[in-house]
Amino acid sequence: MTVSTDVAAPPAAAPAPARATRPFYWSVRRELWENRSLYMAPLIAAAVVLFGFTLSALHPRNFHFGAMALDPAKRDALAVLPYYIGAMVIIVTGVIVGAFYCLGALHNERRDRSILFWKSLPVSDLVTVASKAFVPLVILPAVVCVVAVVLQLIMLALNCAGLLLHGVVDTPATQIPLFDIWGVLVYGVFALALWYAPIWGWLLLISGFARRAPFLWAVLPPLALSVIEGLAFGTSYVSDLIKYRMGGFDQAFTVHAAGKYMIGQPQIDAVRFLSTPGLWTGLAVAAAFLAAAVWQRRYREPT
Amino acid sequence: MPSPMPSIDARGLVKMFGSTVALAGVDLKVEEGRILGLIGPNGAGKSTALNAILGLASYKGDLKVLGLDPWTDRDKLMADVCFIADVAVLPRWMRVSQAIDYVAGVHPRFDRAKAEAFLARTDIKRSSKVRELSKGMVTQLHLALVMAIDAKLLILDEPTLGLDILFRKQFYDSLLNDYFDRNRTIVVTTHQVEEVEHILTDVAFINRGRIVLTTSMEDFETRYCEVMVSPETIAAARALGPIHERQVFGRGILMFDSVDRAKLAPLGDVRTPSIADLFVAVIGGPGSPAQGAAA
Repeated sequence: MTVSTDVAAPPAAAPAPARATRPFYWSVRRELWENRSLYMAPLIAAAVVLFGFTLSALHPRNFHFGAMALDPAKRDALAVLPYYIGAMVIIVTGVIVGAFYCLGALHNERRDRSILFWKSLPVSDLVTVASKAFVPLVILPAVVCVVAVVLQLIMLALNCAGLLLHGVVDTPATQIPLFDIWGVLVYGVFALALWYAPIWGWLLLISGFARRAPFLWAVLPPLALSVIEGLAFGTSYVSDLIKYRMGGFDQAFTVHAAGKYMIGQPQIDAVRFLSTPGLWTGLAVAAAFLAAAVWQRRYREPT
Repeated sequence: MPSPMPSIDARGLVKMFGSTVALAGVDLKVEEGRILGLIGPNGAGKSTALNAILGLASYKGDLKVLGLDPWTDRDKLMADVCFIADVAVLPRWMRVSQAIDYVAGVHPRFDRAKAEAFLARTDIKRSSKVRELSKGMVTQLHLALVMAIDAKLLILDEPTLGLDILFRKQFYDSLLNDYFDRNRTIVVTTHQVEEVEHILTDVAFINRGRIVLTTSMEDFETRYCEVMVSPETIAAARALGPIHERQVFGRGILMFDSVDRAKLAPLGDVRTPSIADLFVAVIGGPGSPAQGAAA
């Protein structure tokens, strides 16, 4: 038996030995319990895409009169197109879900006063806010990737089944470069999550700040600022900044000229993305917003 | 025998909301192993004081809870403090099983088996969501979670508000029989003083942001007495300096502070008042001649 010398024995009944805890892990799980839309919405979007795709894949026109008659490059592009569209639908759904998640994350607990329960547990405000920021930065992108990959696999299976039904073999529809697409998908989804980090941070901050209508608080002030700026100075720095943040994400890729094939093939360009100052200023701003959200949750009275 | 470190030690606690004074210098010391009832009218500052103790509200003055400053060390403090608020604050979307998993996952002193055993005595289903439970069941669930935590200090803010009488009785019985031991400290606020009276070891009255009276129950019983007098003897009784007087069925009931019972016995029936009676006498209900006399 070993004797611990650095722990003074308490006089009366010793308290039960403290168990190891994982506050961050359980806080993230808690977010998934509360916000089932984080995975339900992408799944429903995938189901909608599949429904549409099934209708089109089983339609004979697509094989006999459409894609087959075209030149090979265009045929390939056309065959891949639905896979990109499917992934885009899931990604856009993910962004919308992420925005609404952030707007509710620190708001709902105040509205239903459950914050008093959360604060009665030994979980710091830093861990709480970090777990909520973790969702749009890591959980949601991972969900989007998994759902999109599974969606594309099912699309491919349906495509093959449809082709077999019509006795067509050796078409570009069976030669989809899925691994290339997945590389672009995973890189793009996580790059987008990072690029939007200041938006997630802003929405989380407003979520904790607004007593009601966090959506309006998040959207109207930037809008008002850009309108006032335009009217007063005739400039558009604010609206340019917003546009840049919303759309500047294309710097993660080099897109070869789309030309006549309707879509360009996005090429991963991590070097360009990582050397974009906008990424790093965005992350710094996101960190500042999150720090303010932590400060606010800690020091604002929950009544 | 006071322990070296009181569970709660507040000195000159002040809290303002704008120009409204919520706490006007609260002094309160609660030793380990006591059950303190904090009694006061609405707006007296009960919840504000508890929020300060729990690290939920800022304050001016000195406050140590289990030796920690609750405002700066809330998350550390919460490993040893449990709290049931005046409203059902369990998140309505949560399932019972999730609540148990979560608390087990984040609380170092949570004993899952204890919580399960307590829940087994109720009708609460593990798969139910909190929103599907009755108000009484939500409180039972919260109590099950809290009682399974080996905490040093338990704060109850109107824990039985809106519950029917059976639940209220069960609540305090469970608290006393299954939870309390001499190493734990409990602070409870409630409007239903008579329901907690028998479990308290100490009582503190709070009014207008100040503690106007603190006493242990032993002192309370020796110090205060009430005598019911007929109109003939009322003048003699008044001469002894009652702190409060009220009329019931044409007879006067006079309350005395630290007056020899032997002197009162000839005037009528002498008995120990209830906390509620003393509360009315001290805080000053209608007809009180001695508002703040015991402060």
